[in-house]
Amino acid sequence: MDSKTAAHYPAPPPVIAPGHTFETVTEKISRIVLGGRHPLGWFIALGIGFLFVNVLMVSIGYLLLKGIGIWGNNVPVGWAFDIINFVWWIGIGHAGTLISAILLLLKQDWRTSINRFAEAMTLFAVACAAMFPLIHTGRPWLAAYWLFPYPNTMDIWPQFRSPLIWDVFAVSTYASVSALFWYTGLIPDLATLRDRTKKKWLARLYGGLALGWRGSARHWQRYETAYLLLAGMSTPLVLSVHTIVSFDFSVGLVPGWHATIFPPYFVAGAIYAGFAMVLLLAIPLRKMYGVEDFITMRHLENMAKITLVTGLMVCYGYAMEAFYGWYSANQYEEFMIYNRMTGPYGWAYWMLIFCNGVVPQTLWIKRLRTNLVWLFIMALIVSVGMWLERFVIIVTSLHRDFLPSSWDMYYPTVWDFSTFFGTLGLFVTLFFLFVRVLPMISIFEMRTLVPAARVAGPHDPNADVDVTYGGNQ
Amino acid sequence: MDAQQKPLYGLMAEFNDVTSLVNAAKRTHAEGYRRIDAFTPFPVHELFDAIDAHDRRLPLAVLLGGITGCLAGFGLCYWVSVIAYPLNIGGRPLNSWPSFIPVTFEVTILLASFTAVLAMLGLNGLPMPYHPVFNVKRFAEHASLDGFFLAIEAEDSKFDRDKTRAFLQGLGAREVNDIDP
Repeated sequence: MDSKTAAHYPAPPPVIAPGHTFETVTEKISRIVLGGRHPLGWFIALGIGFLFVNVLMVSIGYLLLKGIGIWGNNVPVGWAFDIINFVWWIGIGHAGTLISAILLLLKQDWRTSINRFAEAMTLFAVACAAMFPLIHTGRPWLAAYWLFPYPNTMDIWPQFRSPLIWDVFAVSTYASVSALFWYTGLIPDLATLRDRTKKKWLARLYGGLALGWRGSARHWQRYETAYLLLAGMSTPLVLSVHTIVSFDFSVGLVPGWHATIFPPYFVAGAIYAGFAMVLLLAIPLRKMYGVEDFITMRHLENMAKITLVTGLMVCYGYAMEAFYGWYSANQYEEFMIYNRMTGPYGWAYWMLIFCNGVVPQTLWIKRLRTNLVWLFIMALIVSVGMWLERFVIIVTSLHRDFLPSSWDMYYPTVWDFSTFFGTLGLFVTLFFLFVRVLPMISIFEMRTLVPAARVAGPHDPNADVDVTYGGNQ
Repeated sequence: MDAQQKPLYGLMAEFNDVTSLVNAAKRTHAEGYRRIDAFTPFPVHELFDAIDAHDRRLPLAVLLGGITGCLAGFGLCYWVSVIAYPLNIGGRPLNSWPSFIPVTFEVTILLASFTAVLAMLGLNGLPMPYHPVFNVKRFAEHASLDGFFLAIEAEDSKFDRDKTRAFLQGLGAREVNDIDP
């Protein structure tokens, strides 16, 4: 930021630029939705996204027509792109919940301007993730009886001792609770849009969605209680989701999967990948819509710091995997880590170490941490690195299993790639549609950051201290 | 007068800033008015104290929702694995409860979260397609922007058109309006 604040002990920069009032905050955010013109970047992003949605439709259509034989996975690599992409997407979703729930409980006021679109990101990432386990059954409508407990004509019930069923419950609960949390946060803002729009049909639409919200203090009290409780419940939920995803692997006996480090290592990786995605979205968004006042350098820097810390945790996971390979004294584990580093997929392992281990270390340097171009590139590299991590864990463990006679290589087909890029397109499309029709920054929470939102009085000894300059960074 | 005879939902006073609203709400409550409500564009904790708006039923409902979810989740696993579809694999116990924990946990969170939101909306009386406060023009324009309002309902036992209006004006309201029903 400006150099004069970078003195010896600089106060943390404000989470909202000075000079804003209730009116400017409301106007600036609601105009993005209600004002007519949209930046060119929005059309370009949506156009590219929509192109890939069509690629996705064709890929899924062909998959349903021909079956999963169109993909490259086959014995011994029975799990490949479908599970890699599932884990990658669901991990990305985790940052949204971390920002909206965990940072709320920790009273981090800088979360306010990024939580709404991070939550939207969570929802869309989970939607992309959930698609893979569904379509990798080949005929999803025939798979329902072993996914969901319902009385079927075969009198068969799901196996509740299987991590795959835990996964169904974890991911569907996560999707439902995230949607609920997101919608609850939107209610007061929908009321704002209802009152701000000049079009009657829009006022009716937003009014219907706002459920008649009128800002009553009695309502606010219950609202805040409910919101806080939701945050309190989402926190263990989000940790449980990736823990259970990691059980899909660690409960199995395959060398390279069967490790107790998996749950914490997966959760850290999820938050790491998710913050990279939030950075990827926030950097162009704030520029496109001129909301640098709300999503300030401090936000980006904090996110970069969290990326750095979780990246180090992930590196600890890599180190421990290698350590276990040696310390277990188990020949399969030993061979697994040796093969992972030097075998046919060794290039993927070393690229992963480069992306997740080396590149994020540049974030120790403030000049790079606050350089938008570098942050964006770094976030891209981290996203690639996290995708490679899942590739390495899944493919290298499976392609050399216990019996050398069944060893084989895995090569993805064009349909593997088209489905993956299709979900990227779906994510981009949904996200930019969201930016168009709903406020991407929580308006009512931004109002609480305006200095005039403080109640002066005897119960408040620090009434003249500007809240936005609060201590925690 | 004709205007005096028309039915009234209540009176609404508007204040310039949040501090005046909190002080006015405190004095109104101290004066003995109970059917009052304050309206702000963002949550103000001092107001909850001022008008004594503390609903403790909501956390209780969430707790009950969570307990129900916990029992339902474990019950589902137990019923399926032990009663409806028992699988004897090497004589291992049918009630293998440690492997039922993930599902039990997820269903607990699911039901508790839905209870939290639905109970919040239910206790708030939402969705509500019509409410008289929106008949006040200033309210409709500023309640979700930068307006700070205090309403006293005509139902209140202490309510008196003229006295209450004078009282609200005495609190430093920038304007006091009738709320048409």
